[in-house]
Amino acid sequence: MKHVKKECVAMLLAGGQGSRLYALTKDMAKPAVPFGGKYRIIDFPLSNCVNSGIDTVGVLTQYQPLVLNEYIGNGHPWGLDRVHGGVHVLPPYESSFGKSWYEGTANAIYQNISFIDRYNPEYVAMLSGDHIYKMNYNKMLKFHKAHNADATIAVLEVPWEEASRFGIMSADENNVIYEFAEKPAQPKSNLASMGVYIFSWQNLKKHLIANENDEGASKDFGKNIIPAMLAEGNKLVAYHFEGYWKDVGTIDSLWEANMDLLNPNIPLDLHDPNWRIFSRNPVMPSHYAGEHSSIQNSMISEGCDIEGTIDFSVLFAGVVIEPGAVVRDSIIMPNTVIKKGAVVEYAIVGEDCVIGENVRVGARPEAIEDKETWGVAVIGHGVTVSDNSEIKPKAMVSESI
Amino acid sequence: MAIMANVLGLIFANMHESGISDLTKVRTLASVPFGGRYRLIDFTLSNMVNSDIDNVGIITKDNYLSLMDHLGGGDEWDLSRKTGGMHLLPPYGNSTGLYRGRLEAMAQVKPFIENSNAEYVLFSDTDVVANIDYRPIVDYHESTGADLTVVYGRGNFTTEQTMTKTVLAINPDNQVYDVLIHPEISGEHNVSLNIFVAKKDWLLDIIREAQSRNLYSFEVDVLQKKLHEIKVMGYKYDKPFFQIDSMDTYFKSNMKLFDKKLRDVIFNSDSPIYTKVRDDAPAKYGIDSEVKNSLVADGCVIEGSVENCVLFRGVKIGKGAKIKNCILLQDTVVGEKAEMNYVITDKDVGISDYRSLAGTETYPVFVNKGAVV
Repeated sequence: MKHVKKECVAMLLAGGQGSRLYALTKDMAKPAVPFGGKYRIIDFPLSNCVNSGIDTVGVLTQYQPLVLNEYIGNGHPWGLDRVHGGVHVLPPYESSFGKSWYEGTANAIYQNISFIDRYNPEYVAMLSGDHIYKMNYNKMLKFHKAHNADATIAVLEVPWEEASRFGIMSADENNVIYEFAEKPAQPKSNLASMGVYIFSWQNLKKHLIANENDEGASKDFGKNIIPAMLAEGNKLVAYHFEGYWKDVGTIDSLWEANMDLLNPNIPLDLHDPNWRIFSRNPVMPSHYAGEHSSIQNSMISEGCDIEGTIDFSVLFAGVVIEPGAVVRDSIIMPNTVIKKGAVVEYAIVGEDCVIGENVRVGARPEAIEDKETWGVAVIGHGVTVSDNSEIKPKAMVSESI
Repeated sequence: MAIMANVLGLIFANMHESGISDLTKVRTLASVPFGGRYRLIDFTLSNMVNSDIDNVGIITKDNYLSLMDHLGGGDEWDLSRKTGGMHLLPPYGNSTGLYRGRLEAMAQVKPFIENSNAEYVLFSDTDVVANIDYRPIVDYHESTGADLTVVYGRGNFTTEQTMTKTVLAINPDNQVYDVLIHPEISGEHNVSLNIFVAKKDWLLDIIREAQSRNLYSFEVDVLQKKLHEIKVMGYKYDKPFFQIDSMDTYFKSNMKLFDKKLRDVIFNSDSPIYTKVRDDAPAKYGIDSEVKNSLVADGCVIEGSVENCVLFRGVKIGKGAKIKNCILLQDTVVGEKAEMNYVITDKDVGISDYRSLAGTETYPVFVNKGAVV
């Protein structure tokens, strides 16, 4: 088949397990984890691509890909079912050289060189499937071209005390990067990499092949490719991003990022008609707020049926809240039922759960003496919690009880 | 069981518009918004898809821009198919001009019907909101050997209500023996749901004959005048349905959706009602919002109090506003401290701060599309 040339192809790394989300990623990869009432995390980078005019996206999957594969499907919800390009799920494969799992971010791209080459692109955007942000990659591409760079790395100014958690760039006044340190103990800069890169393809390809042939390499962008480019004197530039960006790799950050959506002072507007976040929409009627319901400061999705009290919470599609049930400061994922009299506070409840009558899940921090024992309670997908039981704060439940 | 691939679906998008003229000034009946996030055609179209009818023609007449915009390529109803799928059939430019009735409408799209490989045609208007499985109806038509099967519902009606309906007299064997169009008769009656099944060849003969005699009304010229030459059977639909043929039924039917049992029947999750996706964010409730007994679609932002209302996608309710017994169509924006009771606003209406509007249960106030009050 003749492939039409694309200026820029995006490669989305979606193979990570997301082990720090524990029960929530037991059966699905992190990018497939529900977020923000009707989305999955991957909707953000995918929608950013489409809104930025990038119509060819490879999604690299490895860990528990079933939910993600089904979700992406032919790409129609994002307008990525295209004659030329579109979205392609790229799992590891067997070839005449043998079979191999993706062994690192660089190796994952290396194994898909032929996918990228089919579109003969000038540039490749590398994206992560586990960040929540709205970003115009096209502006970044223009910046990359204007600087005649070999690589452009999107950076965010983070508080100095948090800098050691990130990949940190040191750049001069022209934004040229001269040093890169992965999670440095003594950070020399507070410019953190957002995990969004644009590379000039031919140069990157050369580095990927060299890295693959280097026996000792760990085949990782941060550990190998970026340092190798710097060592070779390639031009790497920092692209400053201003706006909301959050890594949702931990329970606390996932909880916070959802709660951020309820905060009018947080600049992540999901209602902006000019930068919609697309998703596979459930086929359900409008949600119903019942005679005795009380809903405040919350996000509620279609298909919900609410007879109880909801405060500072995010409810996904098809959630049922029975009379007398109370949900506060919590995230309830699709099709979960909270039965009569149950109280859910500071919790993340997965998809398709049943929380029995009068169950208590989690607690407010002020209700706990020993703050060390407090944390967001998590109930994994498909769990049934029997009537009258109690799930303590910080608990992690992945089997029905 | 009938093989439904053998059935061609035809939908008349423009029938019954006069009864609900406020909402059909700017659109077809088929594209009248309903139930928070739907258009009336979604019910007929979804019923066809859920009944495995995957070749559907939609006959339009005028005002069909909003309908085209809504349907797109038919993807959301899973009707963007390699073979068959959804076909929008705008009026053909011929000397007869716009059609005057279903017969003339079908005559104008005769090549579409002729080209279909189907053995049967199921043709329907869009005035009925229900979750109907058409398969048993086609089976019934096959088993009775009828020329025409008409689907009917039974209920108690006032004179005012029957004046917009077709009432059928049906004998104990379910054969139709009398047809009254828009009669003034109150009481318990069988009313046509304007859903019909016939063999394609039989229907084409009827259409050709009508063309040669300049006849256009299916109800008058076939159902009434030919009733004793042909075999017309009634198929009773005994699950809940709403027939939207007046502003009164429009208002009350929307309000009936607050009943969970009814909602579960109409929006049965095993035969879901599909509609156009807008990719709105989930509805957002503010700190002082108070919402009771209401249907709220995605994209709404509520900061006031709402009771017994249907809020369509993208409706905004300002701080301190009090909205009761209202139907607010897409993207209506209600200002701060505005008060409304028994009001229907069309799409894109703006209600200014502190404004107060009130209708009554029998005569809700209607605000035109795009108006700023």
